[in-house]
Amino acid sequence: MTSLGAATQLLEMICAAIAAPAFLGWVNQCRAWLQNRSAPSLLQPYYGLSKLFRKDAVLAESASPLFRVAPYVVFGAMVVAAAIIPSMGTGLPLSMAADGIALVGLLATARVFLSLAAMDVGTAFGTLGARREMMVGFLAEPALLMVLFVAAMISKTTSLPLIAEGLATRSIGLYPSLAFTAVAFLLVLLAENARIPVDNPATHLELTMIHEAMLLEYSARHLALMEWGSALKLLNYACIGFALFVPWGTSTEAAGPAGLLLAVPLLVLKLGFAGVGLALIETLSAKLRVFRAPEFLATAFLLAVLGLLVHLLLGT
Amino acid sequence: MTALSIDLQLLNACATLLLLLSFAMLAQRRIVSLVNLLALQGALLLAATLLLAWRTGEVHLYLSALLTLALKVVGLPWLLHRLIRRLNVYWDAEPAINPSATMLLGLLIVVFSFGLAQPISALASTATRSTLGIAIAVILLAFLTMITRRKAMSQVVAFLSMENGLFFGAMSATYGMPMVVELGVALDVLVAVLVLGVFFFQIREQFDSLDLHHLESLREGD
Repeated sequence: MTSLGAATQLLEMICAAIAAPAFLGWVNQCRAWLQNRSAPSLLQPYYGLSKLFRKDAVLAESASPLFRVAPYVVFGAMVVAAAIIPSMGTGLPLSMAADGIALVGLLATARVFLSLAAMDVGTAFGTLGARREMMVGFLAEPALLMVLFVAAMISKTTSLPLIAEGLATRSIGLYPSLAFTAVAFLLVLLAENARIPVDNPATHLELTMIHEAMLLEYSARHLALMEWGSALKLLNYACIGFALFVPWGTSTEAAGPAGLLLAVPLLVLKLGFAGVGLALIETLSAKLRVFRAPEFLATAFLLAVLGLLVHLLLGT
Repeated sequence: MTALSIDLQLLNACATLLLLLSFAMLAQRRIVSLVNLLALQGALLLAATLLLAWRTGEVHLYLSALLTLALKVVGLPWLLHRLIRRLNVYWDAEPAINPSATMLLGLLIVVFSFGLAQPISALASTATRSTLGIAIAVILLAFLTMITRRKAMSQVVAFLSMENGLFFGAMSATYGMPMVVELGVALDVLVAVLVLGVFFFQIREQFDSLDLHHLESLREGD
């Protein structure tokens, strides 16, 4: 393990954790502009988090230890996930321990704990949210795996940094299979992060909420960690998308510290564009009925599998 | 990874878009949009034919491109749109199988046809042989569309999409059929649509609807 590798690793984890609320704030800001509202400050999520961290936590009487542990597990899983996604540099020592499939497993762990905690207290809304989350999850996961498999087959490895390197250095050309999987990945990103066609992150209307329903029983630092965790999840998904579909600009181990210095502003630029795109999608589309969500995710799965098949047939 | 030449890459992209359009047709329930998708499929076929003609320098491919433009991009969609307006059918009924299941069935069909095409394209010598699997998939997906639809109108659209698939298959296996065959097929399709158009009016006259379920009972008065 080189010192540069360790530095990249540390920088990525800390930057991801610090930048995640800002990215969420940026998406919210763009959304507000597009909807002719006056936008909240970019720092609004930080204010929210610091307020929550200062408050005293209130726990339900029926809450088990699992309920208290879950926020730390969810947040921890997201930070570890951020550590193995090559967002700035590809020379990540930790990524040797976990490949793309393990990453999907990590995200699944967070989901399982979140859902269990939501069911733990025994309120109707928590259970409802948890069930819906599992419904979305079990459909989105295979689609995400398929997307990763296509990228893995093109670059012949399941390790995310090597995939990003392989895709960045491939010959310029049209890759229909990658185009299909990119669309599939976008659909999965929207569904997994409780964005608008599947869930509305701003709603507290009981009948439609999924993610918010699971957090209803949480307060103070637990809630803060959960919200921070979901902001981090959004950032992680965006970074997976960059690693697979716009891998140019991530620093390689050979590029040294200079490459890393160049990679950071590029990543900020990519995130900026991603935020605008996400806000645009959310403004232009209407929320689906919950019963239509499986169709939405079936489309994602279909596109990802088609990408895989087309890659096998055409070999490009 | 071997880099393909740019025109071959574009051809492959056209082929995959054709496949995607087949799936879109499988899912689409508005008949007007179905016809538009068919026109789009025709346009993609036109682009693919022109690309292949430019690549191989075969003159008859330019002619068949012209035929595609006249018939599949402009002629038939216009005819179908007119029929839709006059028959006043805009929506298909509930499909026979639920949409997600149909999609998964479609995926199985794609796997099957890719497997089917593998030995054939291994023997073919054309540059476009790898797209044969997609052509077969387009044909079979059109079949599936016909099976799952109830309205006569959408079945005809699926039938035309199947013809598109056949045309593309011939193109990728042997750089197109002989001109005489192509002209014959084109004429056949045109006449078929005209005759079926007359049929539609007859069916509606008889049953007050274009739902083909009414045709399943053989005796009158059941």
